[in-house]
Amino acid sequence: MREIRYREALREAIAEEMERDARVFIVGEEVGRYQGAYKVTEGLFDRFGAERVIDAPIAEAGFAGVGIGAAMVGLRPIVEFMTWNFSAVAFDQILSNAAKLRQMSGGQVSCPIVFRGPNGSARQVGAQHSQSMESFYAHVPGLKVVAPAFPRDAKGLLKTAIRDDDPVCFFECETLYNVLGEVPEPSEGELLVELGKAHVARAGTDVSLISWSRITHVALQAAELLAGEGISAEVVDLRSLRPLDEATLVASLAKTHRAVVAHEGWPYGGVGAEIVDRLQRLAFDELDAPILRVSGADFPMPYNAKLEQACLPQPQTIAEAARKVCYRG
Amino acid sequence: MSNSVLLGIGETKTMSATPTTTSHAAAESGARKGEPPQVSFDVFRVLRDDGTLDPATDPKLADEHVVDLYRSMVRTRVIDERLVVLQRQGRIGFHIGSLGEEATIIGSAAAARPQDWIFPCYREFGALLLRGMPLQRYVDNMFGNANDPVRGRQMPDHYTGRQYKFGSVSSPIGTQITQAVGFAWAAKMKKDDLATLTYFGEGATSSNEFHCGMNFAAVFKAPTIFLCRNNGWAISVPASKQSASDTFAEKAIAYGMRGVRCDGNDLFAVYATVRDAIARAAAGEGPTLVELLTYRLSGHSTSDDPKAYRKEQEVEGWKLKDPVVRMRAYLQKKGLWSEQKQAQVEEETDAALKACVKAAEETPAPSLESMFDDVFAEMPWHLREQRDELLKGPRAKGHH
Repeated sequence: MREIRYREALREAIAEEMERDARVFIVGEEVGRYQGAYKVTEGLFDRFGAERVIDAPIAEAGFAGVGIGAAMVGLRPIVEFMTWNFSAVAFDQILSNAAKLRQMSGGQVSCPIVFRGPNGSARQVGAQHSQSMESFYAHVPGLKVVAPAFPRDAKGLLKTAIRDDDPVCFFECETLYNVLGEVPEPSEGELLVELGKAHVARAGTDVSLISWSRITHVALQAAELLAGEGISAEVVDLRSLRPLDEATLVASLAKTHRAVVAHEGWPYGGVGAEIVDRLQRLAFDELDAPILRVSGADFPMPYNAKLEQACLPQPQTIAEAARKVCYRG
Repeated sequence: MSNSVLLGIGETKTMSATPTTTSHAAAESGARKGEPPQVSFDVFRVLRDDGTLDPATDPKLADEHVVDLYRSMVRTRVIDERLVVLQRQGRIGFHIGSLGEEATIIGSAAAARPQDWIFPCYREFGALLLRGMPLQRYVDNMFGNANDPVRGRQMPDHYTGRQYKFGSVSSPIGTQITQAVGFAWAAKMKKDDLATLTYFGEGATSSNEFHCGMNFAAVFKAPTIFLCRNNGWAISVPASKQSASDTFAEKAIAYGMRGVRCDGNDLFAVYATVRDAIARAAAGEGPTLVELLTYRLSGHSTSDDPKAYRKEQEVEGWKLKDPVVRMRAYLQKKGLWSEQKQAQVEEETDAALKACVKAAEETPAPSLESMFDDVFAEMPWHLREQRDELLKGPRAKGHH
């Protein structure tokens, strides 16, 4: 099968949906003439024109609100944040408006909109550009939250997100944009990946490593390390954080009886904590050890390269936690 | 053109003494891209102090139409006064009204075409009723009962009326502004012939959303009418502490947008100004910022006591310019209104409201399970589970 980059997979998804549905457009900073800050939208301006690939004035709250208004009148906006860090400026529009319009209006108004962009650390971009914002959004009823790790899922989930009738927050990652992966040719038919379904990225029997987005790749490296020590790790890639695929998690735990949740964001009150709560309730009798979490360090990200890496989950730290839950080493 | 004042009815005339600030940007540098934005600093008026209309600016509405609009103003006021009493009696939780601002709301909503959408602030129930929302449904919203169009989910006065082309009231200040711009701009992309009217107070001009919305609308020529009800106060903050600008209309200059000042207590002036702004937007000329000069005669809401921060004298002064009183004087002078008609509309509204309140109080709360609807287009499994759990549990018992 052909291999394409995560960035190209996103671009294909956007282009195919814009081709299929005239209501779809993309708005954000530098998405048009500049071809996107991270080149996700490269070529789209020339192909679809300035009316559908819109360079917005620099104001996240502004174009988030404009997008919500456009969704209310029946268009299908894709709002690109140059990074999710800057979505904080638009948080009220997403939290108090997009997520609630359907409910507050008694079902009269819907808001089919996708907010997307890179999330989490890049390389040495400091405290204000390295944040994992997905936990904030996963907290909000009315939003759907996805964070794919592989090009195939990036494409399939983005296409599904654009077609969804509710607001979807779509988390990418700057250091994933160049990752290569198998993605079927468009001629092989529509690639749609259902929201709310996890995926077993590597099968194993001794411990479940649960993760999403970039850290899924780190967990796969950890699984490789563990394999060398005779520990068979299963890597569950969540893909969607809300809705959460409890069934796949419980099924994995029923097999391995041990789990480590690994993510890049801060530990306090994050999605990892939510997963641990659910698993101890839903599969208490399956557990042979307390579930451990490996997260980003509980302070703002340092700039220094060495310190930055020390703050982030690494294959070694995930493997170490796996050994602990297996009572090995 | 930089010396002209826009009359709001498609006619321009040269101002005699012109305190126009467009000269800052325009005349001196010679480097502007085109014509400076047109901003009028004169307050546009139609209804004169003697109770007659200025023939030069009269929008020439039919007498029956004017009488109808006046009735709407009176109804709005009577409902406002009654709802405050209901809140004081503890029968409803909250009310936020439009006492003294009726002409800004009725005049502008009446000028909108049927296809135009309204993105309200939170004082525009008069516009919603004018658009055809039955009074009973509005009162149901005050009680959040099973017949409430928004199903008991929102505070009183936070209504939505899709069929009346009326967007959701949003509590955070100004968030409707960018949405109105996005809606109008997207409609233009879809080639739908519609404009959006968005209401906000002068306090909201300090918000992020005002800036973003004005800027986007001007750059993309979105057909949006920005209706800034300058009612003097943002809760306890006077307009003079909200902005150092002399006027709110002049903020349009920096965005390259047309700005108009209008006597907001003059129904005819509001109507003419908004009708003209919509015609311009529909013709592709872009948005207009309208500053409607008015006064909030009541507190900010039932949660506020304005005696704590403003002088009764100021309020008394504005009562002399009360839009309902001015309109009534005009109609009586023309022989279109009488004491008897006034009493009749007040009594009818009062009786209708009482009946609606009675019906609303007798209507049960929305069902417990309805809480789980409309969070998403399709209910996800986790909400179905939570709903079923709730219905089996103790909270389901004793619920009517």
